[in-house]
Amino acid sequence: MEFERPLDELEGKLASLKHLDVSEQPELAAEIAELEAEVARLHETLYAELTPWERVQIARHPERPKTDDYLQELFTDVVELHGDRLFGDDESMFAGLATLQGRRVAVLGHRKGKNTNENIRRNFGSPHPEGFRKAERLMHLADRFGLPIVSFLDTAGAYPGLDDEDRGQALAIAECLAALSAVRVPVVVVGIGEGGSGGALAIGFGDRLIMLENAYYSVISPEMCATILHKDARRASETSACLQLTADDLVRLGLADAVVAEPRGGAHHDPAMVFEGVRTALGTALESLSAVDRATLPDSRYQRLRRIGEIAGG
Amino acid sequence: MPISDWFKAREQRKYTTPTEASTPSDVPDGVWVRCEGCKRTLYMGDLERELMVCPSCGRHHDLAAPERLALLVDEGTFEEVDAHLRSADPLEFTSGKVYSEQVTAAEERTGLNEAIVCGRAAIGGRRAIVGVMDFRFIGASMGSVVGEKVTRAFELALAERTPLVLVTASGGARMQEGMLSLMQMAKTAAAAARLASAGVPYVVVLTNPTMGGVTASFATLGDVLIAEPGALIGFAGPRLVEQTIRKSLPKGFQTSEFLLEHGMIDMVVDRRELKDRVALLLSYLAAGDE
Repeated sequence: MEFERPLDELEGKLASLKHLDVSEQPELAAEIAELEAEVARLHETLYAELTPWERVQIARHPERPKTDDYLQELFTDVVELHGDRLFGDDESMFAGLATLQGRRVAVLGHRKGKNTNENIRRNFGSPHPEGFRKAERLMHLADRFGLPIVSFLDTAGAYPGLDDEDRGQALAIAECLAALSAVRVPVVVVGIGEGGSGGALAIGFGDRLIMLENAYYSVISPEMCATILHKDARRASETSACLQLTADDLVRLGLADAVVAEPRGGAHHDPAMVFEGVRTALGTALESLSAVDRATLPDSRYQRLRRIGEIAGG
Repeated sequence: MPISDWFKAREQRKYTTPTEASTPSDVPDGVWVRCEGCKRTLYMGDLERELMVCPSCGRHHDLAAPERLALLVDEGTFEEVDAHLRSADPLEFTSGKVYSEQVTAAEERTGLNEAIVCGRAAIGGRRAIVGVMDFRFIGASMGSVVGEKVTRAFELALAERTPLVLVTASGGARMQEGMLSLMQMAKTAAAAARLASAGVPYVVVLTNPTMGGVTASFATLGDVLIAEPGALIGFAGPRLVEQTIRKSLPKGFQTSEFLLEHGMIDMVVDRRELKDRVALLLSYLAAGDE
């Protein structure tokens, strides 16, 4: 990542020094020790106070654990359900049934790929209308059969393509919002990476919102915001701070309920730690919601939404 | 300001800004205007008589909220609700323009407190809860207040079991309120779902332009979706779509007629027939309650 470049350079220099024969040049030992200390120092400072823009970059890191990884690590007996019964099957949206620590649930999730081929098939995790319509189908199914919904957010946004407009991208998202608001089952959302605008929101609100430490959730991408305000996408660093899109921001705004800690530098440095954190947070959320009378869930979810927003002259 | 004063202020308004791309007209304000469609010079009086629809090419020019109300509801029946709600600046957003200053400027320019005006009214003798958006107010983007007023309109319609008619125009979610704006999409959609399950009619009139987070939430959840001719309606802005596909867009892309052709809306209705059509629809949809 861009902000890690100074560290990368130092580490590269250190590695090349270590290749040399120290016995022939004893003064090298001191230099290596000094560099090692510097690298350690930089490790401390570089990640100590990440800016919102740095967190956005971590959230987009290609090696960051994805919906597929959580499915594999946290769930058993996964059954994927395909298609929207109208047009096609959108591989950028996962919909299925799975078991989480003995609890049967319905799972939704934006799906980025691990490599270029997979990413092309999955449209880099940006759903088409048929993806949202598949998700909506799963919401109704979960409601009918009493399965709690667990939803993983990781998308740059709904795809802004020509065919997507033809097929009613906006309407597909709106229908998801309406359906999700009314399901009589617990809905737990986990922001694992990118939470890009309406495409994230379509499966991205419920009874609990858990955010990974470096995940973001935003009304608009920092680049697009910078393009609109300054006609310059390079000012995304500034707009990402203004938009208040980090996990901590969301807690402060009263939108997120829990933050799952990540290893220094981001989830990809120690995925096992993050899987464990998400497993625990999901368990806690689902357990607390299992005690609630399901018939009251749509009302309490509505009240939760009802409180959002700040108004003068209320 | 009460609605009666808005109508008085109507004469002072400029009429020649239907789109952002429009060029300033060199004709004196309020007498002669140039049609944004056919570029003909029109006498303002003629244009007003036609409800700001060009008598020559049929172009529907944008309306301010008071003008929209004047043509949609029965004269003298509109009682505004929630007029006092005004935007705060929860994120203290300062990138680009200072948001709080932008709000103040919009208030002064439009005489409105926010980008939507809601209230009780009658349409063709039928009671309705009505909300109309005004694009002049920060592109009628949806922040906390627009979301709250829309939600309250749904709740009022539900409480009084009175049909709801919303006239939309919006650039989408208001980015200056960040996630609080995005969540208004979920809030308004949830309110729409509650009204729908209670069986109270909800009619939407989509006007130019209705885009982004508003189209992707309450604006397309109506029982009947009407659009004005030639309105731009969609999710992603046309420029973004063009950049994405790296091709020029087909003619008429994201217009009302395009949406009708693709099965996304029920009808395209000329503004001069809009009130009668809404009244007729309400008579059908409210039939069960009579």
